[in-house]
Amino acid sequence: MNDDKPTNAVSRHLDNLGRNTVRGIEEVGNGGVMMFESLYWLIFGPKQGQPVRLNAVVEQMMGIGITAIPIIAMLAGAISVTLAIQSIFILRIFGAESYVTAGLALGVVREFAPLITGILVAGRSGSALAARIGTMKINQEIDALKVMGINPVRYLVAPPLIAMLIMVPCLTIMAAAVGLFLAGLYINIDLGVSLTAYWDQIINYMEMDHISQGLIKSALYSIEIAIIGVVNGAGVQGGAEGVGRATTRSVVQAISAIIVTAMVVVIISTV
Amino acid sequence: MQDATENTVHSPAQGVPPPVSEVEGLITHYGEREILKGVTMDVREGEIMVIMGGSGSGKSTLLRHLMALETKTSGTMRVLGSNIDDLNGREFVDLRKKLGVAFQGGALFSSLTVGENVMLPLYEHTSLDRKTMEIMARMKLEVVELGGFEDLMPAELSGGMIKRAAFARAMVMDPRIMFCDEPSAGLDPAVASALDDLILRLRDAMGMSIVVVTHELDSAFKIADRITILDRGHILMVDTVDEVRNSDNERIYNLLNRVADSENLDPDEYLARLTGEENVAGSQPL
Repeated sequence: MNDDKPTNAVSRHLDNLGRNTVRGIEEVGNGGVMMFESLYWLIFGPKQGQPVRLNAVVEQMMGIGITAIPIIAMLAGAISVTLAIQSIFILRIFGAESYVTAGLALGVVREFAPLITGILVAGRSGSALAARIGTMKINQEIDALKVMGINPVRYLVAPPLIAMLIMVPCLTIMAAAVGLFLAGLYINIDLGVSLTAYWDQIINYMEMDHISQGLIKSALYSIEIAIIGVVNGAGVQGGAEGVGRATTRSVVQAISAIIVTAMVVVIISTV
Repeated sequence: MQDATENTVHSPAQGVPPPVSEVEGLITHYGEREILKGVTMDVREGEIMVIMGGSGSGKSTLLRHLMALETKTSGTMRVLGSNIDDLNGREFVDLRKKLGVAFQGGALFSSLTVGENVMLPLYEHTSLDRKTMEIMARMKLEVVELGGFEDLMPAELSGGMIKRAAFARAMVMDPRIMFCDEPSAGLDPAVASALDDLILRLRDAMGMSIVVVTHELDSAFKIADRITILDRGHILMVDTVDEVRNSDNERIYNLLNRVADSENLDPDEYLARLTGEENVAGSQPL
């Protein structure tokens, strides 16, 4: 019975490494399956008499998007102003502070707005999704759905996934607009550049490619946040403590995935 | 009485109602551990079948199989005449609409009101207008004596009320088979007795077949038409209340008289368990 257990420390570590690798691959696989199942129910659900309910999607959009507007606006503004201050400080060394708008236009739209939005949504909604699904699992609510003939992926996964796919890019646009506006106010005070001239420069530097890169990133982040939340929630074991672990794990994994994705997209798009 | 070594229920005889759920040679594993070891049984139309057994006997696993929630290792399972292995996705969903479940903790959705919980299967599976669904939900809540509670959240209900609300949700689609997991667990005797009465009413008034897993002997003897006794993944006996009560099987006697298993433990088996050689010496079927 215990013959296959490793006996020394090295073997144990290798054994753990192997098990965690397999578990990681399994979770990625589960995430992929859930994503495609969500798309399946979105497209074919109505034909099977099990549509993804619009009111469930709207409810999720409210929770994920509308209620997150104040905190995302505040943090996007704070980071953009910080970015403006730092950029002016560095560019002033070279007498090139007038180029600060170029850095802001590209940096905020391509990188910071999607990143801040993604991290905040992961912290607020990704963790809530993991906790909700984990709690439902330990309370046998997911079993109850199955026995009632209600597909849990269609009922629990598809609405937040669709809501995130819609709301995270919207929040990203809002974060970029607020960030650029507040940074513009600071530049107006510090460098005396009028807001009209500032916006003219921003529009001049910005291309469609920069905007689409920001939006593509935010869409990728939204999928990662939703799927990581669901996979961790669905994997909950061990009652309330397990729900806590899954929630923490989902936030850490989602933020890690967002940062790695940001790096990969930057490498692909600029190198 | 059924021969304990065969794990088989002999049915149907003439005049015996047809089965609504049958399992034959059901074997299931959790990981490498074998939980059910070739279980064969059936649930007949309009009867209350109570599944009993000690902790770890496999009764909850058997119930989950009967609800088609678990993947079996081998064996066959027929529900309402259909072999579940032969059903496609849509047929499986259609079958599940004919099953109702009241889980041990109720499993009510905490984000929905009691009324919305009861309405959920109607909302998902029918095209009824909301007003009609609300009326149907209220009717079912009246049956379980929860009329007027439809606007409360599950967190505002007591344990007994949550279980009754779960019954209302389970029967809102008028299922052919209803499953109840430990309906009396954690309730005071009066509330537990009221739930037993409710189960009997559901059988008599609606003609449902009802499968109940319970530890409560009084409750089991009160409601059961037949009792299945499980022991370590094997069926010891499937028979009427009287036959089970009069059984001379030692393990059934121990279960009914609350004799702890450790008092009857074979020393060799105990030693084998301690040394991790359980598979060699212990856990043999009776």
